[in-house]
Amino acid sequence: MRITIRLFARLREIAGSGELVREVPAQATVQAAWRALVAEFPAMASHEPSISSAVNAEFARMSAVLKDGDEVAFLPPVSGGGGKRRVHV
Amino acid sequence: MPTPRVAVVRETIAVEHLVVQVEGDLRHDGEGCGAVCTFVGVVRATHQGRRVRYLEYEAYEPLALRAFFRIGEEAAARWPGSRLGIHHRVGRLEIGEASVAIAAASAHRAEAFQVCRYAIERVKQIAPVWKHEFFEGGEVWIEGATIDPDDDAAREEAFRRACA
Repeated sequence: MRITIRLFARLREIAGSGELVREVPAQATVQAAWRALVAEFPAMASHEPSISSAVNAEFARMSAVLKDGDEVAFLPPVSGGGGKRRVHV
Repeated sequence: MPTPRVAVVRETIAVEHLVVQVEGDLRHDGEGCGAVCTFVGVVRATHQGRRVRYLEYEAYEPLALRAFFRIGEEAAARWPGSRLGIHHRVGRLEIGEASVAIAAASAHRAEAFQVCRYAIERVKQIAPVWKHEFFEGGEVWIEGATIDPDDDAAREEAFRRACA
């Protein structure tokens, strides 16, 4: 199935684009889409502990299952602090 | 034309329009509106000892709008009867320009101040908006904590600061 991947800030710079269209297996999770992205752009690997994600412009967990046509966004940390660092898995 | 309560904008933020909007929202509800507290974040000339030249803000716009709505709902749950307006600017901003504006309306001033402070703390925590700083000698993405809208500790920290 085909998904759109949205990237921002540092991740966008690594990919050289803020929007990618990629094929992933049916039932792929957000995590699987991320791993495929890291395989394509190894420089993203170090960002894994700090990113969060969204599916179709709603916050989502990395365990969320994707469907054909979904838009997955990977979100680097934002400038504000206050919260504890937490990895979405 | 009414000003949307939440927006991601590319031009100068019109704080006064946001004030009119939230006051109007609350005017005929409950006690009515007795106070509007505003916060305007502006581009500072220095950051951690660096001379800042300009900033570029980037947003995931549809999610940013949802985050702003969510902050309004969180505030309304804590401070019943409050109304929030949140506008964030994206693109290149020069020193002194407004990057974000908050207007918090309430029946009384004490709550308006608290809601306003809560809103900016939460915007900084969960809005998918990134700041790229261009300073004399380089550029850097400003990164803090991972975005997690369900992180209760972050929400409580924002509430604590609002009521400090």
